[in-house]
Amino acid sequence: MIALWFAIASLTVTLYVVLDGFDLGAGALHLFAARTDAERRQVLAAIGPFWDGNEVWLLATGGILFVAFPAVLAAALSGFYLAIIMVVWCLILRGIAIEFRSHVADRLWRSAWDAVFAIASTLLCVFLGAALGNLLRGVPLDASGYFALTLFTDWSARSPVGILDWYTVLVGLFALAALAGHGGAWLAHRTTGSVQARSRRLARALLTAVAALWIPVTAATGFVNRDFGRALGARPIVWIGGGIALAGLVTAIRDLAPGRGMRPGRAFLGSCAFLSGLLIATAAGSWPVMLRSVGDRTLSITAPGAAASPAGLRAALGWWLLAFPLAIGYLVLLLRLHRGKADAAADGEGY
Amino acid sequence: VTDALVWHRFQFAFTIVYHYLFPQLTMGLALLIPIMKWLGLRPGGEAWNDAARFWIRIFGLNFAMGVATGIPMEFQFGTNWAAFSRFAGGVIGQTLAMEGMFAFFLESSFLALLVWGEKRLGPRRHFLVSLALFAGSWLSGYFIVCTNAFMQHPVGHELVDGTLRLADFGAFLLNPWAIAQYLHTMTAAVVTGAFVVAGVGAFYALSGRFPKPAALFLRVGVIAGLLASVAAAFPTGDWQAKLVARHQPVALAAMEGRFVTEAGAPLTLMGQPDVAGRRLDNPIEMPGILSILAHGSTHEVVRGLDQFPVHDWPDNIELLYYAFHIMAGLGTIFIAVMAGAAVLLARGRLVTTRPMLWSLLLAAPFPYVANIAGWMTAELGRQPWLVYGILRTAEGASPTVHAGATLFTLIGFCGLYALLSVLFAALVGRELAHGPAPAGAIGTHR
Repeated sequence: MIALWFAIASLTVTLYVVLDGFDLGAGALHLFAARTDAERRQVLAAIGPFWDGNEVWLLATGGILFVAFPAVLAAALSGFYLAIIMVVWCLILRGIAIEFRSHVADRLWRSAWDAVFAIASTLLCVFLGAALGNLLRGVPLDASGYFALTLFTDWSARSPVGILDWYTVLVGLFALAALAGHGGAWLAHRTTGSVQARSRRLARALLTAVAALWIPVTAATGFVNRDFGRALGARPIVWIGGGIALAGLVTAIRDLAPGRGMRPGRAFLGSCAFLSGLLIATAAGSWPVMLRSVGDRTLSITAPGAAASPAGLRAALGWWLLAFPLAIGYLVLLLRLHRGKADAAADGEGY
Repeated sequence: VTDALVWHRFQFAFTIVYHYLFPQLTMGLALLIPIMKWLGLRPGGEAWNDAARFWIRIFGLNFAMGVATGIPMEFQFGTNWAAFSRFAGGVIGQTLAMEGMFAFFLESSFLALLVWGEKRLGPRRHFLVSLALFAGSWLSGYFIVCTNAFMQHPVGHELVDGTLRLADFGAFLLNPWAIAQYLHTMTAAVVTGAFVVAGVGAFYALSGRFPKPAALFLRVGVIAGLLASVAAAFPTGDWQAKLVARHQPVALAAMEGRFVTEAGAPLTLMGQPDVAGRRLDNPIEMPGILSILAHGSTHEVVRGLDQFPVHDWPDNIELLYYAFHIMAGLGTIFIAVMAGAAVLLARGRLVTTRPMLWSLLLAAPFPYVANIAGWMTAELGRQPWLVYGILRTAEGASPTVHAGATLFTLIGFCGLYALLSVLFAALVGRELAHGPAPAGAIGTHR
């Protein structure tokens, strides 16, 4: 039951990264892929109907941790206090930017919100990667099951650690490249004209950079987290995840080639496979550790150590099995209603 | 950690009060919009459809603010109240996670379709989308109230090895406190929605603009406002009060400023609690009424604060007392205003009776005050407990987050929300100035 909830939590995180990843990535590319107001409204029309539902997967992740692994939620959110609140501020500003921008047809008003949207999206991509980097590197847990982290110390990734060091920043930039590439693939799939052309070019360049960085980042992870390095070799699911990721990345880069070779829909699916495979491999390589202790390994918080009672997990599984298909059903319905190219709506009829 | 506690409490109180300015209107409008859309489906109902379109735009702006300011509420359980989350997560995590999975996905998937999709969907499917938003937002309300109800009156749990575990899921989900508090909260949200709709109708009627929509707004606002104002007091407020009397007698004593235990306790209409002197100054009271409201008979004994140890008293009795009396006083005034307006509406004279229109216009902000004061009553009355009788508030805060960090983020929230308030007011002001318009004529205003 605990392994199942670990899998559900991993699945929810994966869905969050794959789904909100494309609208965060589109936000990071917003100022580069689209120049005029009409072009920028194409970008917003491509993510407008989806972004809010995508972001709910983040809240769903929090909910799953709350109900299944309350000790992990408590330690992680309070330990990263300032960083988490800054993420919250970025999420607030980004949502308001998307929703308020279209209400006034004024050049300065719209440019200001474009900048807020793009900057908040970029920061969130880096934060997400840095958060993953922190989890992989470990945090200074004490015997009471809590920790507190400063923003940075000596950037060495060795105790005493801070939120930012060479490793977590590396993972943050890797995530930015991967998510911006992912968002670019979505835009290439959903837009037309010069937005599509620029998105394709940017996405291809970014995903090529991801391919180049992938091995160094994996090696760095094995270096700062020896347990993960050992698990990499020993666990078949890690290899399966890695294989899916590799196939996805190759597909994405190939199908974003210019000219007649361009199949942006398949490239986006490839990018989805890349992100999913990577996260599956990471989750499988980390199991059963959920919050790694950077000092004494016995202080790490594991899934069995943090799990709620069996009765609570059973009750939650009951309603989750009903709620999950519903949530996926809404997504499928939205994708069907908004299939094909997203044309910028007439002023006042859309984002 | 002790002085950090003050800032943790301030930050949660500030962010939740600000957040709740938006959902109370969207939950109220979520009921009124499908009614208008449904009236608009009938032949010749085009005017109702135009009215619904205007309120959907207001709904969209409020909803965006509600979503944005709701994010920190979810996170603060973990960031600021980590010890509480770890202690009670196995129980309250259920409803918080269910809110995300059942309500937020429903709302977020259909919001864009409600706001932008009228043309694409056609009238019937657009009506169905408005029902989906109603279901999502009212479901969301239940899960949150159910979470709060567990903190007010814990049921369905067991305490094992220093953490709470779920023992009876059905009992937890159908907590009688949750049901009473939900009905009271939702009728109060409809009060806000109805007063705002009626207030905007009165504004247009007084300024002589948009006479047709103004009449419709007044009609739907006054009818819904009268029904909801009455229901907020009786039966839902009465049920809530009886539960407080039964399960939180010390909170009831503090709400009413009863320092001394007595049979045939009076209801305090006005007065100032003097906590140091253990008495109520300058009281205006109705004899025997509190005993009736709390226990159903004038002879019943209502326990005063003297029956409880001081360390179990709510820690801010004055604020609790005034919050409760402001809510109850305003609730009474709402019934009177709406009853007067309903009489004029029935006689067909409401649109021309300017003093009544002025009353409706000026009354529109006060349901916000009453709703917030009501929640302050609930939350201050729960003190000094975080989970009533089980976990004290002081034990729930994050152990590793110190006062400076929390004060910094509190100031940050104040600044950010000040900015959002200005933007929101400007955009709503533009919508009000532009007014309701027939299909196609509405657009981005220049």
